[in-house]
Amino acid sequence: MTPTQPASPDAVVRLSDVQKFYGDYAALRDINLDVQAGEKVIICGPSGSGKSTLIRCLNRLEVHDGGKIVVDGVEMDGDTKNLATIRSEVGMVFQQFNLFPHMTVLDNLILAPMRVRKCTRDEAKDIAMSLLERVRIPEQADKYPSQLSGGQQQRVAIARALCMKPRILLFDEPTSALDPEMISEVLDVMAELASEGMTMICVTHEMGFARKVADTMVFMDKGQIVEKAPTEQFFNTPQSPRTQIFLDQILSH
Amino acid sequence: MLNITRFGLLLTACLLLSGCAESNYTWGWHIVSPFDARGQTNLQFLMNGVFSTISVALVSITCSVILGLLVALPSLSKNKPLLFLSRIYVEVFRAVPMLVLILWVYYGVPVLTGLQLSVFFAGVIALALCDSAFEAEIFRAGLQSIEDGQREAADALGLSYGDKLRFIILPQAVRRVLPPLGNQFVYMLKASSLLSVIGYSELTRRANELVVVEYRPLEIYTLLVLEYLVLILLASWCVRKLEHRLARSDRTATR
Repeated sequence: MTPTQPASPDAVVRLSDVQKFYGDYAALRDINLDVQAGEKVIICGPSGSGKSTLIRCLNRLEVHDGGKIVVDGVEMDGDTKNLATIRSEVGMVFQQFNLFPHMTVLDNLILAPMRVRKCTRDEAKDIAMSLLERVRIPEQADKYPSQLSGGQQQRVAIARALCMKPRILLFDEPTSALDPEMISEVLDVMAELASEGMTMICVTHEMGFARKVADTMVFMDKGQIVEKAPTEQFFNTPQSPRTQIFLDQILSH
Repeated sequence: MLNITRFGLLLTACLLLSGCAESNYTWGWHIVSPFDARGQTNLQFLMNGVFSTISVALVSITCSVILGLLVALPSLSKNKPLLFLSRIYVEVFRAVPMLVLILWVYYGVPVLTGLQLSVFFAGVIALALCDSAFEAEIFRAGLQSIEDGQREAADALGLSYGDKLRFIILPQAVRRVLPPLGNQFVYMLKASSLLSVIGYSELTRRANELVVVEYRPLEIYTLLVLEYLVLILLASWCVRKLEHRLARSDRTATR
Protein backbone atom coordinates (compact mmCIF):
# COMPACT_ATOMS: atom_id res chain seq x y z
CA MET A 1 0.00 0.00 0.00
CA THR A 2 2.73 2.41 0.95
CA PRO A 3 3.68 4.38 -2.11
CA THR A 4 7.36 4.25 -2.87
CA GLN A 5 9.13 7.57 -2.90
CA PRO A 6 10.99 8.83 -5.91
CA ALA A 7 14.49 9.72 -4.76
CA SER A 8 14.73 13.48 -4.56
CA PRO A 9 18.05 14.96 -3.54
CA ASP A 10 16.76 18.34 -2.36
CA ALA A 11 14.19 17.11 0.16
CA VAL A 12 14.33 19.14 3.42
CA VAL A 13 12.58 16.41 5.35
CA ARG A 14 13.14 12.77 4.57
CA LEU A 15 11.69 9.85 6.47
CA SER A 16 12.64 6.32 5.52
CA ASP A 17 11.07 3.25 7.09
CA VAL A 18 10.29 5.10 10.31
CA GLN A 19 8.81 2.99 13.10
CA LYS A 20 7.40 4.02 16.46
CA PHE A 21 6.04 1.75 19.15
CA TYR A 22 4.25 2.34 22.42
CA GLY A 23 4.93 -0.99 24.08
CA ASP A 24 3.53 -3.50 21.59
CA TYR A 25 1.32 -0.97 19.88
CA ALA A 26 2.72 0.25 16.57
CA ALA A 27 2.02 3.98 16.37
CA LEU A 28 3.98 4.37 13.14
CA ARG A 29 4.83 1.64 10.65
CA ASP A 30 7.17 1.91 7.66
CA ILE A 31 6.71 5.62 7.15
CA ASN A 32 8.37 6.94 4.01
CA LEU A 33 7.90 10.59 3.22
CA ASP A 34 9.88 13.30 1.44
CA VAL A 35 9.08 16.97 1.76
CA GLN A 36 10.64 19.48 -0.64
CA ALA A 37 11.65 23.01 0.27
CA GLY A 38 8.59 25.24 0.05
CA GLU A 39 6.20 22.31 -0.15
CA LYS A 40 2.96 22.37 1.84
CA VAL A 41 2.05 18.94 3.09
CA ILE A 42 -1.20 18.33 4.87
CA ILE A 43 -1.68 15.14 6.82
CA CYS A 44 -5.16 13.92 7.60
CA GLY A 45 -6.71 10.76 8.91
CA PRO A 46 -8.91 9.40 11.68
CA SER A 47 -7.88 9.97 15.30
CA GLY A 48 -5.32 7.50 16.53
CA SER A 49 -3.91 7.10 13.02
CA GLY A 50 -0.48 8.40 14.04
CA LYS A 51 -0.58 11.85 12.40
CA SER A 52 0.45 13.72 15.54
CA THR A 53 3.06 11.13 16.41
CA LEU A 54 4.55 11.49 12.95
CA ILE A 55 4.78 15.26 13.13
CA ARG A 56 6.18 15.14 16.68
CA CYS A 57 8.93 12.79 15.54
CA LEU A 58 10.17 15.51 13.19
CA ASN A 59 11.52 17.61 16.07
CA ARG A 60 11.99 14.69 18.41
CA LEU A 61 9.24 15.44 20.87
CA GLU A 62 8.70 11.75 20.23
CA VAL A 63 11.68 9.50 19.68
CA HIS A 64 11.27 7.10 16.76
CA ASP A 65 12.28 3.48 17.29
CA GLY A 66 13.42 2.54 13.80
CA GLY A 67 14.22 3.92 10.39
CA LYS A 68 15.81 7.22 9.53
CA ILE A 69 14.66 10.83 9.82
CA VAL A 70 16.75 13.50 8.10
CA VAL A 71 15.71 17.11 8.59
CA ASP A 72 17.48 19.85 6.66
CA GLY A 73 20.40 17.53 5.96
CA VAL A 74 20.89 16.55 9.60
CA GLU A 75 20.08 13.06 10.72
CA MET A 76 17.99 12.81 13.85
CA ASP A 77 19.70 10.53 16.32
CA GLY A 78 20.60 10.63 20.00
CA ASP A 79 23.20 13.35 19.39
CA THR A 80 22.12 16.46 21.34
CA LYS A 81 24.06 18.77 19.06
CA ASN A 82 22.13 17.54 16.03
CA LEU A 83 18.93 17.91 17.98
CA ALA A 84 19.64 21.53 18.88
CA THR A 85 20.44 22.29 15.23
CA ILE A 86 17.23 20.69 14.01
CA ARG A 87 15.04 22.28 16.65
CA SER A 88 16.27 25.74 15.83
CA GLU A 89 15.35 25.15 12.16
CA VAL A 90 11.95 23.61 12.80
CA GLY A 91 9.14 25.64 14.35
CA MET A 92 6.08 24.04 15.88
CA VAL A 93 2.55 25.21 16.57
CA PHE A 94 0.53 23.13 19.01
CA GLN A 95 -3.14 22.34 19.33
CA GLN A 96 -3.24 23.84 22.83
CA PHE A 97 -1.06 26.86 21.90
CA ASN A 98 1.30 26.17 24.85
CA LEU A 99 2.14 29.82 25.34
CA PHE A 100 4.09 30.59 28.51
CA PRO A 101 1.36 31.95 30.82
CA HIS A 102 3.72 33.80 33.16
CA MET A 103 5.20 35.94 30.38
CA THR A 104 3.77 38.74 28.28
CA VAL A 105 3.17 38.10 24.60
CA LEU A 106 6.36 39.97 23.73
CA ASP A 107 8.44 38.00 26.25
CA ASN A 108 7.00 34.77 24.84
CA LEU A 109 8.33 35.81 21.45
CA ILE A 110 11.78 37.14 22.34
CA LEU A 111 12.88 34.42 24.77
CA ALA A 112 14.14 31.88 22.25
CA PRO A 113 15.80 34.38 19.87
CA MET A 114 17.70 35.84 22.83
CA ARG A 115 18.67 32.55 24.47
CA VAL A 116 19.17 30.31 21.45
CA ARG A 117 20.04 32.73 18.64
CA LYS A 118 21.88 35.08 21.04
CA CYS A 119 20.12 38.16 19.66
CA THR A 120 20.19 41.32 21.75
CA ARG A 121 16.94 42.34 23.37
CA ASP A 122 16.39 45.13 20.83
CA GLU A 123 17.03 42.87 17.85
CA ALA A 124 14.67 40.26 19.22
CA LYS A 125 12.07 42.91 19.94
CA ASP A 126 12.25 44.23 16.38
CA ILE A 127 11.73 40.75 14.96
CA ALA A 128 8.92 40.06 17.42
CA MET A 129 7.05 43.28 16.70
CA SER A 130 7.26 42.81 12.94
CA LEU A 131 5.89 39.29 13.34
CA LEU A 132 3.08 40.46 15.60
CA GLU A 133 2.16 42.91 12.83
CA ARG A 134 2.17 40.04 10.40
CA VAL A 135 -0.26 38.05 12.52
CA ARG A 136 -2.18 41.31 13.03
CA ILE A 137 -2.00 41.71 16.81
CA PRO A 138 0.84 44.17 17.52
CA GLU A 139 -1.37 45.97 20.07
CA GLN A 140 -1.42 42.86 22.31
CA ALA A 141 2.35 42.75 22.84
CA ASP A 142 2.27 43.69 26.50
CA LYS A 143 -0.67 41.53 27.49
CA TYR A 144 -0.54 38.10 29.08
CA PRO A 145 -1.75 35.09 27.11
CA SER A 146 -4.79 34.57 29.36
CA GLN A 147 -6.07 38.03 28.40
CA LEU A 148 -6.28 37.01 24.74
CA SER A 149 -8.90 35.02 22.84
CA GLY A 150 -8.05 31.53 21.63
CA GLY A 151 -7.56 32.71 18.06
CA GLN A 152 -5.25 35.50 19.19
CA GLN A 153 -3.29 33.08 21.36
CA GLN A 154 -2.77 30.72 18.46
CA ARG A 155 -1.59 33.62 16.27
CA VAL A 156 0.88 34.57 19.00
CA ALA A 157 2.05 30.94 19.03
CA ILE A 158 2.61 31.10 15.26
CA ALA A 159 4.56 34.34 15.67
CA ARG A 160 6.61 32.75 18.44
CA ALA A 161 7.56 29.85 16.17
CA LEU A 162 8.43 32.29 13.36
CA CYS A 163 10.67 34.33 15.65
CA MET A 164 13.33 31.66 15.33
CA LYS A 165 13.25 32.11 11.54
CA PRO A 166 12.67 28.39 10.99
CA ARG A 167 12.98 26.79 7.58
CA ILE A 168 10.16 24.39 8.32
CA LEU A 169 6.95 24.89 10.28
CA LEU A 170 5.00 22.05 11.86
CA PHE A 171 1.34 22.48 12.79
CA ASP A 172 -0.30 19.92 15.05
CA GLU A 173 -4.06 20.42 14.68
CA PRO A 174 -3.71 24.19 15.14
CA THR A 175 -7.44 24.95 14.99
CA SER A 176 -8.88 21.97 16.89
CA ALA A 177 -8.96 23.74 20.26
CA LEU A 178 -10.53 26.91 18.87
CA ASP A 179 -14.09 28.15 18.95
CA PRO A 180 -15.56 27.94 15.43
CA GLU A 181 -15.63 31.71 14.88
CA MET A 182 -11.89 31.97 15.52
CA ILE A 183 -10.75 29.27 13.16
CA SER A 184 -10.65 31.43 10.06
CA GLU A 185 -8.40 34.12 11.54
CA VAL A 186 -5.78 31.45 12.26
CA LEU A 187 -6.19 29.72 8.91
CA ASP A 188 -5.83 33.09 7.14
CA VAL A 189 -2.49 33.67 8.79
CA MET A 190 -1.38 30.15 7.87
CA ALA A 191 -2.49 30.59 4.25
CA GLU A 192 -0.52 33.81 4.08
CA LEU A 193 2.59 32.06 5.38
CA ALA A 194 2.09 29.33 2.80
CA SER A 195 1.89 31.85 0.00
CA GLU A 196 5.21 33.31 1.13
CA GLY A 197 6.97 30.04 0.45
CA MET A 198 7.36 28.54 3.93
CA THR A 199 7.77 24.78 4.06
CA MET A 200 4.80 23.56 6.05
CA ILE A 201 3.73 20.22 7.40
CA CYS A 202 0.31 20.41 8.93
CA VAL A 203 -2.02 17.98 10.65
CA THR A 204 -5.56 19.26 10.30
CA HIS A 205 -9.17 18.31 9.66
CA GLU A 206 -9.89 21.59 7.85
CA MET A 207 -10.35 20.17 4.37
CA GLY A 208 -11.36 23.50 2.83
CA PHE A 209 -8.06 24.96 3.96
CA ALA A 210 -6.21 21.87 2.76
CA ARG A 211 -7.71 22.14 -0.69
CA LYS A 212 -6.72 25.78 -0.94
CA VAL A 213 -3.20 25.58 0.46
CA ALA A 214 -1.74 22.09 0.22
CA ASP A 215 0.55 20.89 -2.55
CA THR A 216 0.48 17.36 -1.27
CA MET A 217 -2.08 15.48 0.78
CA VAL A 218 -1.18 12.55 2.99
CA PHE A 219 -3.82 10.22 4.38
CA MET A 220 -2.85 8.07 7.34
CA ASP A 221 -4.62 5.21 9.03
CA LYS A 222 -3.46 2.77 11.73
CA GLY A 223 0.06 4.14 11.81
CA GLN A 224 0.65 3.89 8.08
CA ILE A 225 0.58 6.26 5.13
CA VAL A 226 -2.31 4.93 3.08
CA GLU A 227 -2.22 7.50 0.32
CA LYS A 228 -0.02 10.38 -0.70
CA ALA A 229 -1.07 12.45 -3.68
CA PRO A 230 -1.12 15.94 -5.16
CA THR A 231 -4.07 17.85 -3.68
CA GLU A 232 -6.38 17.90 -6.72
CA GLN A 233 -5.89 14.23 -7.40
CA PHE A 234 -6.34 13.35 -3.72
CA PHE A 235 -9.73 15.02 -3.48
CA ASN A 236 -11.04 14.22 -6.96
CA THR A 237 -9.79 10.71 -7.58
CA PRO A 238 -8.61 9.11 -4.34
CA GLN A 239 -7.05 5.73 -5.07
CA SER A 240 -7.51 3.85 -1.81
CA PRO A 241 -10.99 2.78 -0.68
CA ARG A 242 -10.05 3.81 2.88
CA THR A 243 -9.28 7.33 1.70
CA GLN A 244 -12.59 7.43 -0.16
CA ILE A 245 -14.52 6.43 2.94
CA PHE A 246 -12.68 8.96 5.09
CA LEU A 247 -13.28 11.77 2.60
CA ASP A 248 -16.94 10.84 2.27
CA GLN A 249 -17.34 11.01 6.03
CA ILE A 250 -15.52 14.26 6.50
CA LEU A 251 -16.92 16.07 3.46
CA SER A 252 -20.49 14.80 3.59
CA HIS A 253 -21.83 17.44 5.97
CA MET B 1 -5.75 38.76 59.54
CA LEU B 2 -7.31 41.05 62.14
CA ASN B 3 -9.83 38.37 63.04
CA ILE B 4 -7.12 35.81 63.71
CA THR B 5 -5.24 38.22 65.95
CA ARG B 6 -8.39 39.09 67.84
CA PHE B 7 -9.27 35.43 68.26
CA GLY B 8 -5.78 34.63 69.53
CA LEU B 9 -5.85 37.42 72.10
CA LEU B 10 -9.31 36.41 73.24
CA LEU B 11 -8.21 32.82 73.65
CA THR B 12 -5.20 33.82 75.71
CA ALA B 13 -7.30 36.08 77.89
CA CYS B 14 -9.79 33.26 78.50
CA LEU B 15 -7.00 30.89 79.46
CA LEU B 16 -5.56 33.38 81.91
CA LEU B 17 -8.93 34.14 83.48
CA SER B 18 -9.90 30.50 83.88
CA GLY B 19 -6.52 29.91 85.47
CA CYS B 20 -7.30 32.63 88.01
CA ALA B 21 -10.73 31.29 88.78
CA GLU B 22 -9.84 27.69 89.39
CA SER B 23 -6.95 28.03 91.76
CA ASN B 24 -5.63 30.29 94.42
CA TYR B 25 -2.57 30.99 92.36
CA THR B 26 -1.10 34.41 92.96
CA TRP B 27 0.11 35.84 89.72
CA GLY B 28 3.63 37.22 89.67
CA TRP B 29 3.58 39.21 86.46
CA HIS B 30 6.01 41.71 87.99
CA ILE B 31 8.90 39.42 87.03
CA VAL B 32 8.24 40.22 83.38
CA SER B 33 6.61 43.61 83.83
CA PRO B 34 8.00 46.50 81.79
CA PHE B 35 7.16 48.77 84.74
CA ASP B 36 9.44 46.99 87.15
CA ALA B 37 13.23 47.20 87.11
CA ARG B 38 13.81 43.44 87.41
CA GLY B 39 10.89 42.76 85.10
CA GLN B 40 12.45 45.01 82.50
CA THR B 41 15.77 43.17 82.59
CA ASN B 42 14.01 39.80 82.36
CA LEU B 43 11.78 40.96 79.56
CA GLN B 44 14.72 42.23 77.59
CA PHE B 45 16.56 38.96 78.16
CA LEU B 46 13.59 36.96 76.87
CA MET B 47 12.79 39.17 73.90
CA ASN B 48 16.36 39.31 72.65
CA GLY B 49 16.02 35.63 71.82
CA VAL B 50 13.77 36.60 68.92
CA PHE B 51 16.76 37.53 66.75
CA SER B 52 18.30 34.12 67.25
CA THR B 53 15.00 32.42 66.51
CA ILE B 54 14.47 34.42 63.31
CA SER B 55 18.03 34.13 62.07
CA VAL B 56 18.31 30.37 62.58
CA ALA B 57 14.89 29.85 60.96
CA LEU B 58 15.77 32.04 57.97
CA VAL B 59 19.14 30.39 57.34
CA SER B 60 17.66 26.92 57.81
CA ILE B 61 14.70 27.50 55.49
CA THR B 62 17.00 28.94 52.81
CA CYS B 63 19.29 25.91 52.96
CA SER B 64 16.40 23.49 53.05
CA VAL B 65 14.62 25.12 50.10
CA ILE B 66 17.81 24.86 48.01
CA LEU B 67 18.39 21.27 49.15
CA GLY B 68 14.76 20.38 48.57
CA LEU B 69 14.81 21.80 45.06
CA LEU B 70 17.96 19.86 44.19
CA VAL B 71 16.44 16.67 45.55
CA ALA B 72 13.20 17.29 43.62
CA LEU B 73 14.80 18.06 40.25
CA PRO B 74 15.29 14.40 39.22
CA SER B 75 11.50 14.05 39.21
CA LEU B 76 11.58 15.95 35.89
CA SER B 77 13.87 13.39 34.30
CA LYS B 78 13.50 9.70 33.70
CA ASN B 79 16.92 8.93 35.16
CA LYS B 80 16.22 5.85 37.30
CA PRO B 81 19.28 5.94 39.62
CA LEU B 82 18.81 9.65 40.34
CA LEU B 83 15.10 9.18 41.00
CA PHE B 84 15.91 6.33 43.36
CA LEU B 85 18.49 8.42 45.27
CA SER B 86 16.06 11.28 45.64
CA ARG B 87 13.38 8.86 46.88
CA ILE B 88 15.76 7.41 49.50
CA TYR B 89 16.78 10.88 50.67
CA VAL B 90 13.17 11.93 51.20
CA GLU B 91 12.22 8.70 52.97
CA VAL B 92 15.19 8.83 55.34
CA PHE B 93 14.98 12.45 56.41
CA ARG B 94 11.21 12.36 56.64
CA ALA B 95 11.47 9.42 59.00
CA VAL B 96 13.96 10.88 61.49
CA PRO B 97 12.40 13.04 64.24
CA MET B 98 13.77 16.55 64.18
CA LEU B 99 14.83 16.50 67.83
CA VAL B 100 16.71 13.26 67.31
CA LEU B 101 18.58 14.65 64.32
CA ILE B 102 19.46 17.80 66.27
CA LEU B 103 20.98 15.72 69.06
CA TRP B 104 22.73 13.42 66.60
CA VAL B 105 24.28 16.28 64.64
CA TYR B 106 25.34 18.27 67.69
CA TYR B 107 26.70 15.44 69.81
CA GLY B 108 27.45 12.82 67.16
CA VAL B 109 29.09 14.67 64.29
CA PRO B 110 31.99 16.05 66.41
CA VAL B 111 32.80 12.51 67.53
CA LEU B 112 32.67 11.25 63.95
CA THR B 113 34.66 14.05 62.36
CA GLY B 114 36.57 15.64 65.20
CA LEU B 115 34.95 18.92 64.13
CA GLN B 116 33.35 20.98 66.91
CA LEU B 117 30.15 22.51 65.54
CA SER B 118 28.67 25.70 66.95
CA VAL B 119 25.10 25.30 68.20
CA PHE B 120 23.91 27.61 65.45
CA PHE B 121 25.62 25.63 62.71
CA ALA B 122 24.57 22.26 64.10
CA GLY B 123 21.03 23.57 64.41
CA VAL B 124 20.95 24.79 60.82
CA ILE B 125 22.24 21.45 59.51
CA ALA B 126 19.69 19.43 61.46
CA LEU B 127 16.71 21.68 60.73
CA ALA B 128 17.61 22.07 57.06
CA LEU B 129 18.11 18.34 56.49
CA CYS B 130 14.86 17.38 58.19
CA ASP B 131 12.84 20.08 56.48
CA SER B 132 14.40 19.56 53.04
CA ALA B 133 12.60 16.22 52.70
CA PHE B 134 9.29 18.06 52.93
CA GLU B 135 10.47 20.87 50.66
CA ALA B 136 11.47 18.25 48.10
CA GLU B 137 7.98 16.77 48.15
CA ILE B 138 6.46 20.22 47.75
CA PHE B 139 8.73 21.04 44.81
CA ARG B 140 8.12 17.65 43.21
CA ALA B 141 4.38 18.26 43.25
CA GLY B 142 4.95 21.77 41.89
CA LEU B 143 7.27 20.67 39.10
CA GLN B 144 4.99 17.84 38.06
CA SER B 145 1.98 20.14 37.99
CA ILE B 146 3.45 22.05 35.03
CA GLU B 147 1.67 20.85 31.88
CA ASP B 148 3.69 18.75 29.41
CA GLY B 149 2.86 21.32 26.75
CA GLN B 150 5.07 23.89 28.47
CA ARG B 151 8.07 21.58 28.31
CA GLU B 152 7.29 20.64 24.72
CA ALA B 153 6.98 24.28 23.65
CA ALA B 154 10.33 25.06 25.26
CA ASP B 155 11.91 22.03 23.56
CA ALA B 156 10.41 22.89 20.19
CA LEU B 157 11.90 26.39 20.44
CA GLY B 158 15.32 24.82 20.96
CA LEU B 159 15.81 26.09 24.52
CA SER B 160 18.54 24.28 26.45
CA TYR B 161 17.67 22.19 29.50
CA GLY B 162 18.95 24.91 31.84
CA ASP B 163 17.01 27.68 30.08
CA LYS B 164 13.88 25.58 30.04
CA LEU B 165 14.19 25.12 33.79
CA ARG B 166 15.13 28.72 34.53
CA PHE B 167 12.65 30.58 32.33
CA ILE B 168 9.73 28.22 31.86
CA ILE B 169 9.38 25.55 34.52
CA LEU B 170 10.76 27.01 37.74
CA PRO B 171 9.02 30.41 37.57
CA GLN B 172 5.67 28.69 37.15
CA ALA B 173 6.39 25.97 39.71
CA VAL B 174 7.62 28.43 42.35
CA ARG B 175 4.43 30.47 42.07
CA ARG B 176 2.39 27.34 42.65
CA VAL B 177 4.38 26.11 45.66
CA LEU B 178 4.69 29.45 47.41
CA PRO B 179 1.77 28.89 49.82
CA PRO B 180 3.13 25.54 51.08
CA LEU B 181 6.66 27.01 51.24
CA GLY B 182 5.27 29.80 53.43
CA ASN B 183 3.75 27.19 55.70
CA GLN B 184 7.11 25.48 55.98
CA PHE B 185 8.72 28.73 57.06
CA VAL B 186 6.17 29.15 59.83
CA TYR B 187 6.79 25.56 60.81
CA MET B 188 10.53 26.23 60.85
CA LEU B 189 10.07 29.18 63.21
CA LYS B 190 8.31 26.86 65.62
CA ALA B 191 10.73 23.97 65.12
CA SER B 192 13.67 26.23 66.03
CA SER B 193 12.44 26.00 69.65
CA LEU B 194 13.82 22.44 69.65
CA LEU B 195 17.32 23.91 69.46
CA SER B 196 16.88 24.93 73.11
CA VAL B 197 17.95 21.40 74.05
CA ILE B 198 21.45 21.91 72.66
CA GLY B 199 21.70 25.32 74.30
CA TYR B 200 21.01 27.61 71.37
CA SER B 201 19.98 30.83 73.04
CA GLU B 202 16.67 31.50 71.23
CA LEU B 203 13.26 32.32 72.71
CA THR B 204 12.53 28.96 74.32
CA ARG B 205 16.02 28.45 75.75
CA ARG B 206 15.93 31.86 77.37
CA ALA B 207 12.51 31.18 78.85
CA ASN B 208 13.82 27.90 80.28
CA GLU B 209 16.80 29.64 81.80
CA LEU B 210 14.67 32.34 83.36
CA VAL B 211 12.25 29.78 84.82
CA VAL B 212 15.14 28.18 86.64
CA VAL B 213 16.05 31.51 88.18
CA GLU B 214 12.62 32.96 88.87
CA TYR B 215 10.48 29.83 89.54
CA ARG B 216 7.62 31.41 87.61
CA PRO B 217 6.93 28.89 84.78
CA LEU B 218 3.30 29.93 84.21
CA GLU B 219 4.05 33.62 83.63
CA ILE B 220 7.21 33.05 81.67
CA TYR B 221 5.85 30.31 79.41
CA THR B 222 2.66 32.29 78.86
CA LEU B 223 4.81 35.16 77.67
CA LEU B 224 6.70 32.69 75.48
CA VAL B 225 3.45 31.53 73.90
CA LEU B 226 2.55 35.15 73.16
CA GLU B 227 5.99 35.80 71.68
CA TYR B 228 5.59 32.90 69.22
CA LEU B 229 2.03 33.91 68.47
CA VAL B 230 3.02 37.44 67.48
CA LEU B 231 6.07 36.27 65.57
CA ILE B 232 4.16 33.69 63.57
CA LEU B 233 1.17 35.89 62.84
CA LEU B 234 3.60 38.48 61.50
CA ALA B 235 5.40 35.87 59.40
CA SER B 236 2.12 34.52 57.98
CA TRP B 237 1.08 38.04 57.12
CA CYS B 238 4.34 38.68 55.24
CA VAL B 239 4.00 35.40 53.34
CA ARG B 240 0.44 36.28 52.34
CA LYS B 241 1.57 39.71 51.12
CA LEU B 242 4.20 38.05 48.96
CA GLU B 243 1.64 35.62 47.53
CA HIS B 244 -0.69 38.47 46.65
CA ARG B 245 2.08 40.33 44.91
CA LEU B 246 3.01 37.29 42.84
CA ALA B 247 -0.63 36.47 42.16
CA ARG B 248 -1.12 39.93 40.71
CA SER B 249 1.79 39.57 38.29
CA ASP B 250 0.88 35.99 37.53
CA ARG B 251 -1.67 34.92 34.97
CA THR B 252 -3.06 31.47 35.32
CA ALA B 253 -2.82 28.81 32.64
CA THR B 254 -3.90 29.70 29.13
CA ARG B 255 -6.67 27.21 28.68
